[in-house]
Amino acid sequence: MSKARISPLRSGFVHLALAGYTVIALFPVVLTIVNSLKDKNAIFRAPLALPTVETFSLIGYTTVLKQGDFIGYFQNSLIVTVVSIFFALLFGAMAAFALSEYRFRGNTMLGLYLAIGIMIPIRLGTVAILQGMVAAGLVNTLTALILVYTAQGLPLAIFILSEFMRTVSDDLKNAGRIDGLSEYAIFFRLVLPLVRPAMATVAVFTMIPIWNDLWFPLILAPGEATKTVTLGSQVFIGQFVTNWNAVLAALSLAIFPVLVLYVIFSRQLIRGITAGAVK
Amino acid sequence: MGSLNLKSVRKAFGNHEVLKGIDLEVKDGEFVIFVGPSGCGKSTLLRVIAGLEDATSGSVQIDGQEVINTPPAKRGIAMVFQSYALYPHLTVKDNMGLGLKQMGAPKTEVEAKVAKASGMLSLEPYLARRPAELSGGQRQRVAIGRAIVREPKLFLFDEPLSNLDAALRVNTRLEIARLHRSLKATMIYVTHDQVEAMTLADKIVVLNAGQIEQIGSPMELYNKPANTFVGGFIGSPQMNFIEAGRLGDKEAKSVGIRPEHIALSRENGDWKGKVIHVEHLGADTILYLETEVTGLLTVRLFGEHKYDVDDVVYATPDKASMHRFGADDRVLR
Repeated sequence: MSKARISPLRSGFVHLALAGYTVIALFPVVLTIVNSLKDKNAIFRAPLALPTVETFSLIGYTTVLKQGDFIGYFQNSLIVTVVSIFFALLFGAMAAFALSEYRFRGNTMLGLYLAIGIMIPIRLGTVAILQGMVAAGLVNTLTALILVYTAQGLPLAIFILSEFMRTVSDDLKNAGRIDGLSEYAIFFRLVLPLVRPAMATVAVFTMIPIWNDLWFPLILAPGEATKTVTLGSQVFIGQFVTNWNAVLAALSLAIFPVLVLYVIFSRQLIRGITAGAVK
Repeated sequence: MGSLNLKSVRKAFGNHEVLKGIDLEVKDGEFVIFVGPSGCGKSTLLRVIAGLEDATSGSVQIDGQEVINTPPAKRGIAMVFQSYALYPHLTVKDNMGLGLKQMGAPKTEVEAKVAKASGMLSLEPYLARRPAELSGGQRQRVAIGRAIVREPKLFLFDEPLSNLDAALRVNTRLEIARLHRSLKATMIYVTHDQVEAMTLADKIVVLNAGQIEQIGSPMELYNKPANTFVGGFIGSPQMNFIEAGRLGDKEAKSVGIRPEHIALSRENGDWKGKVIHVEHLGADTILYLETEVTGLLTVRLFGEHKYDVDDVVYATPDKASMHRFGADDRVLR
């Protein structure tokens, strides 16, 4: 009986380790937010100190909001991230369904081919992508970024979702076929709701690198109208002078939208898990 | 209204032939059961009839209409699955009504048919629930209800009882039998459980390794097995097979005698032997004997009997109930 219960000592160690990890993970975030609320001298004199009455300053935030179109940058980032996730999930799920559901020649090879993208970074193809975008007249558009990020998200989406879709009962799909559901209806109405937890996982994994990416916005869409938040923040980092207040404020602001998206998806994740627990 | 005709149906997965030419005729209103050991192709055959698997060759006719190129939804069938296969995100009512809705039936008609089916299966209190909130037996009743609502020409059951516990299995079995009587519909039922087959079927189809071994009523199969496979498969405990040579029969290869067709005596009889194990089941007593003539022999006596291990007994078979099988394992008449 006593074996089933975890000893307080053991659970204490587990919690200690988890708490330690939390501190390490949150430290840079907290440091960023704390320092974004101080004036420039205070940042350098005592980087770890909390803002006091004398050192408290919102100069960073006012600079950020005054200089450049930061609301616009946020909008660009959000559009690119949300639309890319949507397409990566949609096409990824469709491909995963085909791979897991239908028997056809070259099924395994196609699955492997689509999974190769996980191992080869898309940035290797930057030059070709840029040439392609120039030829298609898509440079300095959000479409260019969305296309690239969708492609970047697909391999992982297909890999994870096809594994999950294999676990959806064949009988259920067959019952749908007998009830006259089309293959699309079976996909959208029977299979997708059942793999929702996996979709949420994929969404989170896809979202973070897109939001944080600096590379493709810099190369494909550096124009003022299409700048993303990460690219927009670079204005304050100069070769000789860096406006740390503004950089830290911009980064602090950039955390929030992605945090909101994460909360939405993780809710789905938990709800999906509890709904799927019962047959 | 619901006949089925199969002509030399074959199905192969790659080089592996699962169905080796099945011919079968099912009349309207019949309850037909496919029975056989695992891997004999019975589920595959059901799926071919449903249209969920394509036959490699052969013809499937429902009501005289060739349906080999017809999608499952248009074949006029309904299927009940072993794992229930209810739509988890729909209520019981929507689960039962989806098929009709998909066919474009008016809402009032769907409501009426769902109400009728749920009345037959006493599912009314659960109509607003989701499958997750139901017990296993209730889920299986919803799955059966979903089939009834479609008013199909052909009901297909794929091992519907194997996920239920023993007591529930008997209840649901009764319910299916009752349903068949009241609907007078054609039903095809797959099981590996010979008790289900014997108790429910008008006609049993015994399958083995992708071929039909015998088709007949339960009593025909019991009394006149066509070969050693059917003899051994139908009836529990299993039929005793004795080398014909030991009994002085030169024509046959083996002789089969069911355990319940052997009389036992302590004084005299045909085969002298020793009891090696006894099973007391209350209604039956099952004895395992080692006899000088036949080797190991199973005997089933009705009621309680006081026999112990190492008792010396004499077994006498009922000559009229002996089955003689030839060198090809087929029965000799």
